[in-house]
Amino acid sequence: MSDLTPTTLRNNVPLSPDEVLEIALESVLEFLPCQRDRNAFSLVNKSWNRIEAETRFEVVIGNCYSISPQRVVNRFKAIKSVVLKGKPRFADFSLLPPDWGARFSPWVVVLSGAYRGLEKLCLKRMYVSNDDLVVVANTFVGFKEIRLVCCEGFGTSGLAVLAGKCRQLRVLELIEDEVADDEEDWISFFPGGATCLESLMFDCVECPLNFNALEKLVARSPSLKKLRVNRYVSLGQLRHLMIIAPQLTHLGTGSYGPLEDLEDPLPANELRDHVSSAFAASKSLVCLSGFREIVPYFLPAVYPVCANLTSLNLSYANILVEEFKQVISHCHKLQILWVLDLISDGGLVAVAATCKDLQELRVFPMDTIEDNAGPVSDVGLHAIAEGCKKLQSILFFCQQMTNAAVISMSINCPDLIVFRLCIIGRYRPDHSTGEPMDEGFGAIVKNCKKLTRLAVSGLLTDRAFSYIGQYGKLLRTLSVAFAGDSDMGLTYVLEGCPKLEKLEIRDSPFGDIALRSGMHQYHNMRFLWMSTCKVTRQGCREIARQIPGVIVEIFNWNQVGEEGENSDLVDTLYMYRSLEGPRADAPRFVNIL
Amino acid sequence: MESINIQEEGLNLKATELRLGLPGRDETEKETIFSFKNNKRAAPKSTEDNESEANSDAKHGDHEAAPAAKAQIVGWPPIRSYRKNNFPPKKAEAEFGIYVKVSMDGAPYLRKIDLKVYNGYADLLRALESMFKLSIGYYSEREGYKGSEYAPTYEDKDGDWMLVGDVPWDMFMSSCKRLRIMKGSEARGLGCGV
Repeated sequence: MSDLTPTTLRNNVPLSPDEVLEIALESVLEFLPCQRDRNAFSLVNKSWNRIEAETRFEVVIGNCYSISPQRVVNRFKAIKSVVLKGKPRFADFSLLPPDWGARFSPWVVVLSGAYRGLEKLCLKRMYVSNDDLVVVANTFVGFKEIRLVCCEGFGTSGLAVLAGKCRQLRVLELIEDEVADDEEDWISFFPGGATCLESLMFDCVECPLNFNALEKLVARSPSLKKLRVNRYVSLGQLRHLMIIAPQLTHLGTGSYGPLEDLEDPLPANELRDHVSSAFAASKSLVCLSGFREIVPYFLPAVYPVCANLTSLNLSYANILVEEFKQVISHCHKLQILWVLDLISDGGLVAVAATCKDLQELRVFPMDTIEDNAGPVSDVGLHAIAEGCKKLQSILFFCQQMTNAAVISMSINCPDLIVFRLCIIGRYRPDHSTGEPMDEGFGAIVKNCKKLTRLAVSGLLTDRAFSYIGQYGKLLRTLSVAFAGDSDMGLTYVLEGCPKLEKLEIRDSPFGDIALRSGMHQYHNMRFLWMSTCKVTRQGCREIARQIPGVIVEIFNWNQVGEEGENSDLVDTLYMYRSLEGPRADAPRFVNIL
Repeated sequence: MESINIQEEGLNLKATELRLGLPGRDETEKETIFSFKNNKRAAPKSTEDNESEANSDAKHGDHEAAPAAKAQIVGWPPIRSYRKNNFPPKKAEAEFGIYVKVSMDGAPYLRKIDLKVYNGYADLLRALESMFKLSIGYYSEREGYKGSEYAPTYEDKDGDWMLVGDVPWDMFMSSCKRLRIMKGSEARGLGCGV
C-alpha cells in the first residue's frame, strides 16, 4: 500500500490512504439514501459498516420489537429522522387485543438521551402517550416534523405541548389516530408571530375546535401548503381559510356543508358561489379530501379545481352516482382516487372514461354486511382495467367478482404493483361460472411482473396458492383470509416466494406441516401472522426451538378455553424476527415460546 | 375451521372473555356493546359493529344497545374502525335530505332539490330563481307573488296544490311533496289573494 501517496490534505495535514478511502466512501454514500442499499453497503466489512453508521441520518424500524432502542443508538450516532412501526396490520381490524404492546415510551426515553438533534419522527400503529409527546417537545430543540399514523394513547393536551414548544415545527400530521379529547384548545398554543408550518393535518381529531384561533394560525403561516381540518369546521368557515391561504396544494375539507349548531348567515346558493370562487382562486390545489357530512348541493363548488387535481378522496362522501359522475368528468389529471362503492359500476365506468392517468384506486364499501350483490362488481373492475391502463395500485371491496374481470385487469394493467381485492362474501366463487377465483389471482401474479403486494379473497383452493408460489417472485406482502384447502396452500407460498416479508393469514386451514415448510424463510421475513388457522402449540414450539433470531408469540382469546388445557390449537400466532430476546413488556395473555 | 364469533346471541362469556377497549376501562368488561349505524341516504340498512368499537362509541357517546340481527365476524371485512365510525350521521334521524321534484311550466325537464339545504323561503326562492333563470318576485300574504308572472306552488300531503309561503317553513318542509312553478294566467289567478 505504500505506493498510494497521500495527495489530499485536510487542515493541511496529509491524509492516510484509509482516510482517503473513507472520504470517498462517504461521498458515495450521499447517493445512497435508500435504507435497503445502505444495509447492503454496511455488510461489506467493519470499516464500511462504521462509515455507513456515521453518515446515516434516517433510520426506519419496521417492527419496534425487532431491535431495542439501545442497540439503535449504539449503532447510529447522528440520526435526525426516525420511522417506527409497532403493531401488525391486523390490529386495525380488532384482531389484536389492546394492551398488546408497541408503546413508544421506552423508545422516547432512549432517543431523547442520544439524539438531541432529532428533527423528524414518524410513528405508525404505536401507543403514544401525552407524556411521550411532552418529552419530544421538551428534548428535541430543532424538532421539525411529526407524523402519527394509526396511533392512540394521546390527546389534545399532548398536541398542545407540541404546538406550544416546538418552535421550528413544519409538519404536524395526524392520520387516522384515536385522539382523546382532553378539552385543551391546542390550536391556541401555537406561538404568536409567523410560524414555519408547511403541513397541518388533524382531520381525525374528533374534538371541537377554536376556529378563531385556527383562522389566525393559518393567516400567520405563510409556508402552509397542506391543511386538513376536522369535521368541526363548516363549509362557510373553510371558505374563509381558503381565502387566507390560496397557496394551498393539499386541502382536506371539514364538514362539507353548513353545521347545524353554527349560524351560517348565507343562503345556500350564495354560500355555494362563494366556495366556488374560493376554489377557483386556489390555483395550486392538487389534492382534495375530507367531504365529511356532505351536503351534495355544495359539491359543484369544487368544479373549478377538478382539472388540476391529481388526488381526490371522496371515500367519506355519501353522494349519488350522478353527483359523482359530474365531479369526475372534470378530473382528467387524476392519479389517485379513493371513493365509496356508492358510486356503483356506473361511476367506475365514468372514472375509466376520464381518468386515463389513474395510478391508484381505492373503492371502500358503504355497507359491510355480506350480501349477494352490491353496487360495484366485475363490471366496474372490467371498465377500470380497460380504461386506466397505467394503474399501479388497487384496493377494491365488492360483494361479487368474476375471474374474467380480474384476468382482464392482469392483462390491461401490467404496471400493477399492489393488487388487493376483497370480496366481502366469504368463500364466494366467480358469480358467473361458479368456479373458484383461482384463475383470476393466478393471472395477476403471472402477468403483473412488478407485483409486490397482494391480498386475496373469495373461494380459493390450493391451486391459487400454487400460482402465487410459482409466479410471485417479487411478492413482499401477502394477505389471506378464508382461503385454501390444506397445508399445501401455505407451503406453496413459503417455498415459492423468496422475497416474502409480511405474511398475514386468518381463518384458513393451514397447520403445523405448512408452518414447518417455511422454516428456511422466517428469518428473512419481517413477520408471519396466523389467526384462527390450524396451527398447534406444539407446532409453534418447534419453530421457536429451531429458529434462533425469531420471536414466536401466541395468544388465545379465551384464556380458559372450553377445551381446557388440552386445547392445543392456537388462536393467534404472531412471529417476527428480532435481534433481541423475548420482550419484557408482553402482557399476561401473550405467550412467548 | 370456523371463525370464532365473539358476539353470539345471548351468550355471555363475561368472566373469561377478553374484552376490547382502551386500557384501564372497566366498563367494557361488564357488557357486550353492539351498535347500529344507519346509512345516511339509502333505506336504513344496519351495519353492525362488533364490540371493539366500544372505545370509540363510548368516547362519542352515541351507541345504542341492540341485538345483533346477524352474527358478525370479527374484523371482517377488513375496514379500519376509524372508517366505519365515520358514517353514522351525527343527527338522530336516519333520513338525510328532503328531495322534491321541481317542475316549471314550459320547461322540458324537471329538477330536483334538497329542501334541507335552505334556511327558509327567501333562500329557496332565490335558489329557484337562479336555477330556472327567472324572477319570482316578493311574497305577500294578501296578494301572493307580486311583480312577476310566476308563482311557486307545491303539492302537499293531501294532494292539494298550495301557494309556497303560506305556512311556516318547517311545516312546509314536512308536507311538501313536489314543487311547480306556475306561469301566466293560472299564476295570476292564484296571486289574487283567494
